[in-house]
Amino acid sequence: MAELKIVENATCTFCGCVCDDMELTVEDHKITKAKNACVLGKAWFLNHHVEERPVATIEGKPATLEEAVERAAQILASARYPIVYGLSDTTCEAQRVAVAIADRIGGCVDTTTSVCHGPSGMAFQGVGEVTCSLGEVKNRADLVIFWGSNPAESHPRHWGRYSTMPKGLFVPNGRKDRTVVLVDVRKSKSAPAADIFLLIKPRKDFEALWALRALVKGVKLDASIADETGIPLEQLEDLAQRMKTCKFGMLFFGMGLSMTRGKHLNVEAALVLARDLNQYTRFYAKPMRGHGNVTGADNVVSWQTGYPFGVSLHRGYPRFNPGEFTTADTLARGEADAALIVASDPMSNFSQPAREHLARIPYVALDPKETPTVRGAAVAFTTATYGINTGGTVYRMDDVPIPLRAAFESPYPTDEEVLKKVEKRIRELTV
Amino acid sequence: MAQAETFVLIPGRTSRQGTTLNEGKFSTGYVEETSTLLMNPDDMARLALKNGDRVRLRTAQGQVEIPCQAAKAGELPTGILFLPYGDASSRLMGGDTHGTGMPNSKSFDVELEKAS
Repeated sequence: MAELKIVENATCTFCGCVCDDMELTVEDHKITKAKNACVLGKAWFLNHHVEERPVATIEGKPATLEEAVERAAQILASARYPIVYGLSDTTCEAQRVAVAIADRIGGCVDTTTSVCHGPSGMAFQGVGEVTCSLGEVKNRADLVIFWGSNPAESHPRHWGRYSTMPKGLFVPNGRKDRTVVLVDVRKSKSAPAADIFLLIKPRKDFEALWALRALVKGVKLDASIADETGIPLEQLEDLAQRMKTCKFGMLFFGMGLSMTRGKHLNVEAALVLARDLNQYTRFYAKPMRGHGNVTGADNVVSWQTGYPFGVSLHRGYPRFNPGEFTTADTLARGEADAALIVASDPMSNFSQPAREHLARIPYVALDPKETPTVRGAAVAFTTATYGINTGGTVYRMDDVPIPLRAAFESPYPTDEEVLKKVEKRIRELTV
Repeated sequence: MAQAETFVLIPGRTSRQGTTLNEGKFSTGYVEETSTLLMNPDDMARLALKNGDRVRLRTAQGQVEIPCQAAKAGELPTGILFLPYGDASSRLMGGDTHGTGMPNSKSFDVELEKAS
């Protein structure tokens, strides 16, 4: 008879919501039920059972852990322009070791932030961030705006757990006490749940946000703003008025801003709009973060180097320059000559020039699952899944650290264990 | 053959892309979801496209041939295409990040034509 175990208060690390109220039913080495999980969380928990794969491969052939550590260390220690990339789907403890490796080998360290909310990070540095926790949103927000984001499909519990549905201290009637606005280039699955939906023309986010800044300050605008943005002036005026008169406003922005032409300037427009609104009321803006610990990656890389992503340690001290030291660039320009990829799949997600260069250089990959990146790796490690097989710490999208609770043991080592072995061997090789 | 038309492509997340991702990047569901283009039904009618017809999408960076499907009424404005994130959408992205680290990954122009 299968051994049955219930794990309470487990944490889902699939998306940036990092819901920590899971009740998992574990039978032998498989999760069979994930109570409280959303559709994405259920898929995460029910599909991360132990797969029969070698603990490591070298050039696609099974290898022992020790052989693979030796080969990985040799590749990374002998490189002239190595890069460390990924990190958003692993623990802060593993991220810390990865940064130490980048430091030791004089490489670039970059995370998947650079191809999701990296431009938002640049905007934070440019104009600052008026920020708050999701707990404050839950307890106080009476106007919640989602811009360029589709939480119904990307963060299914965000609305129910944090932002629109829950009853809070100053919004005792929950959804009834809130106005929810969605601004997007298409009528996504989130639209029916919003009170107000504004259809914006593609690539016109900056213009619409700047128009709102003007309206908030009382500047009269011409009706032709509708031709420019796709949003009628009266709708923009109505939204500006709601923003000024709410008690606690929240603007959540998605990758519709950070991935579209304008990028950090789009996000800067959102951030300064929120800042301006604090002359009239309380207003905040935050990014909707995707991967389970991408926020942790920003935090860890910032603790260690002073910058959140796209950091070069080649000269022995950190330098930050998105566009120069970010992985999409170091690969597409053919600069990197070796890579350490942790919990990420650039072979699926990067541009074709970047993928073609990655295929030309030797790289080391750590992943619980087989991916196109794992298949092309010179050295690949199969690792335990964070939050399912390991403890550790992750950061929710509002920079709140959350502990993980393992559901069952994996026969595979954790990312942290593998990285520590590789780092130790690199230290020996580079004395 | 009809001339290629310019559309705006929005790659993005879907529920099915997220759930099948956990089954594996090589799973049938994930591959199917990330290589099916959603189009406005009026655009499809104008271009004499039916559900399942293959279309060719081209940018300066590359091209892909994938089947198209009509989006639900009202979901996608005319002139806009939606493709769940994955290999196909990445093949159309440019390598240049314009000094940000991020290639233009949403709302970029693509040429669309029916694949023969």
